[in-house]
Amino acid sequence: MNATSHPTGGSAAGPSGADAGEAGARGSALLTNAVGLHARPSVKLTQLAKSFAAAIEVGLGAEGPWVDAKSPVKIMRVKAGKGTVLHFRAEGPDAAAAVAALVALVERRFDEEESGHGDAP
Amino acid sequence: MSETRLQGRSASPGLAAGPVVLLAAPRAAARPALDPDAAAGALRRAMSRAAGEIAALVATSEPAAADMLGFQLALLEDDALAEGAFHAISLGVPAELAWQQALDAEIAGYEAAEDEYFRARAADLMDVRDRVLDALAGGDSGAGSGAAASGIVAAHDLPPSRFLGMDWSAGGAILLAGGSPTSHVAMLARSRGIPMIVGLGVAPEALLGEVLVDATAGAVVIDPSPETRRAFERQRELDGRRAATEAAGALEPAVTRDGTPVAVLLNVADPAELDGLDPALCDGIGLVRTEFLFHDAGALPGEEAQRAVYARILAWACRDGRARPVTIRTLDAGGDKPIAGLTVEGESNPFLGVRGIRLSLAREEVFRVQLRALLRAAAGPGGTGLKVMLPMVTVPAEVARTRALLAQELAALAAAGLPAALPALGIMIEVPAAAIAIDLFEADFYSVGSNDLTQYVTAAGRDIGALADLADPLNPAVLRLVERVAQDGAARGREVSLCGDAGGDPAALPALLRTGLRALSMAPGLVPAAKAALRAVDLAGGRGR
Repeated sequence: MNATSHPTGGSAAGPSGADAGEAGARGSALLTNAVGLHARPSVKLTQLAKSFAAAIEVGLGAEGPWVDAKSPVKIMRVKAGKGTVLHFRAEGPDAAAAVAALVALVERRFDEEESGHGDAP
Repeated sequence: MSETRLQGRSASPGLAAGPVVLLAAPRAAARPALDPDAAAGALRRAMSRAAGEIAALVATSEPAAADMLGFQLALLEDDALAEGAFHAISLGVPAELAWQQALDAEIAGYEAAEDEYFRARAADLMDVRDRVLDALAGGDSGAGSGAAASGIVAAHDLPPSRFLGMDWSAGGAILLAGGSPTSHVAMLARSRGIPMIVGLGVAPEALLGEVLVDATAGAVVIDPSPETRRAFERQRELDGRRAATEAAGALEPAVTRDGTPVAVLLNVADPAELDGLDPALCDGIGLVRTEFLFHDAGALPGEEAQRAVYARILAWACRDGRARPVTIRTLDAGGDKPIAGLTVEGESNPFLGVRGIRLSLAREEVFRVQLRALLRAAAGPGGTGLKVMLPMVTVPAEVARTRALLAQELAALAAAGLPAALPALGIMIEVPAAAIAIDLFEADFYSVGSNDLTQYVTAAGRDIGALADLADPLNPAVLRLVERVAQDGAARGREVSLCGDAGGDPAALPALLRTGLRALSMAPGLVPAAKAALRAVDLAGGRGR
C-alpha cells in the first residue's frame, strides 16, 4: 500500500490523487464545505462508501485513528469540521475506485452549498 | 403582576402572542424485565418500527425535512448506534434503560462538540431515542400521532419530527431553553414562517402564562403590561401590512416612485427551484448556473441531457405564448467550485486560476458539448429568449474564440440536419480588466457579477470572514465600474444587468439604480422584498429632472 504524496490533501487529490496498490488504496481531501462532515455530508459519504465492496476507513490523520467509512454514527463521532484533511484507506477489489470516488465527493463539497459565498457569481 | 422580559437568540423571525403550551416529554412505560434474548429482540423490533415510521414521514415531507429524516434513518440503520445498548442488554440491563443510556452517551458527545452544527444535531439523536422508546413502550410515537397542539410551544429542545407532527396551520411560535439557530428544526421553522427563539436559558415552566414573542429580536415578554401589549400589536400590524404589501406586489412589475421600470430577473442554480413558482414573479431569468449539471455521477453531462434541461427552463419562462429572456451561463467551474476530473487541481490561488471561460477554452471538447446543447435549445420552444453568457471574461479574444466555436458547431449541426439557432452571446463583468476596458468588447449584453467584481476590485477574498467589511459591493470603486459598464451599454444599445448578491439586497438597490442599472437578477425568495424596495426608490429626487 502506498502513502499518498499529498499530505495537505485537498486540491492535490482528484480521481488521480488516490494511489492504488494491488488491493489497497489511499487518498486524502480537504473538507471545504462550510459545515464540515455533519448530517447530510455524512449520509452522502457513507452511502457512497457502501456502494463499494472494499472495506473503507476514514481518518483525521494519515496514521489514523481510523473509523468505518460506511457507518454514519461513527463518522459523526469524528466531528470533522471545515479545514480538516480527511484521509481514506481501502482494502478490496474496488479499493482504488472507492477512494477516488470518496475524495471526489469531498472535493465537490458533497454537491451542496448552492447558496452562501460558495456559488454566487 | 409585573411583566418579565427574557432575551434569547432569534432562530426564525416573526411575532406571536398568546398562552404558552408546554411540550410534554415522551417517556417509556415501565415494563417487566425480560431475559436478555427477549430484551434484545424487543429493542430490535422497536428500532425497526421506528425506522418504518421515519421512512413513512420521509415520503410525505418537503425536501428539507426529508433530508433531515434521512439522516435520522441512516443513524438508526447503522449497527454502531445500538452496539452499546445490545452489549448492556447481554449483561442483563433492561432494553429501555440500555437504549436510553447508549443514546444519552451519544447525545452527550454531540452536545460537547465545539462546533455549533454538531451540537445542533443532538436534537436529531433525541428524536431517534424518543421514537424508539415510544415503540418499546408499545405506544404510538408522540411524533407520529398528531398529539401536539400548536400555539406557542415551550420546551428544552424540540426534535424535528415532533415539529413535523404538529399542526402549524394556525400559526404559533417556538420558545426553547436550549436549541440552536442552525438546528434542523430552526431551518424548518424558517421555511414555514414559524417564529422561533432559542437559548432562553430558563426552564420551560418559567414561560407559562400569556406571552408576547418578538422572534426577530429574540425577546419574550411574559404577562405583558397593557402598554407593552399595545406597542406590540401596533408592531404586529405594521409587519403584517408590510408582508401583505410585499406579497401582493410580488407578481406586479417593479417601477420606481418616479416611474422608472426596473426588470427583475431570477437567479437559478437548479431548475427544480422553478417548480411551483409563478412566472409572473419575474421578467425573465437573469442567470442559470449550469454547474449543477456537472455534479452527478462523476460523468460529464451529454449534449442531449443538457439540451433537455435548457429546454425545460426556456419553456417555464414563456408567458402568454411569448418567449422571455433566459440567460444561461456556460460552465463556471474552478475558483471555489471545483469539479472532479475537470478543474485544475493544486492551484495556489484558485480565484485567480483556470476558472470560468478560461477553463472552458482549455477544455474545448467539454465546452463544445455545452455550446451544441445551447444552439439546439435556441431552436426549440421559447428558444428566441435564450441568451448565452460567458463567465470570467478578461480579454476580447475569449469572446471572439467562443463566437468561432459557436459558428463551427452551428454549421456542424446544420450538416447533421439538427435544428439549431445562434443565441445572443454576452459576458459577465466580474474581472476588473473587462469592466475598465468595456469599450473594447464585442458582446450582445453585459451582466455584472458583483460578488467576484467586488472581491477582485477590493482584493478581499469573499471566503475570508475577517474581510467581510472590505468586500463591500457598494465600495465607490465598484460602483464606478458598474456605472462605466451601464453607460457603455446605454451608448451601444446593449442590455446591462447585475446578478450578484447585491442585486437582491434592498439596502443596496438605491445605489445600484443610481449607477444606471435597470435590470437586476436575484434568488426567487428575495423578489417580494426587493420589488417593494425598488418601488420606494425615487430617482428624480436630488438628481434634477
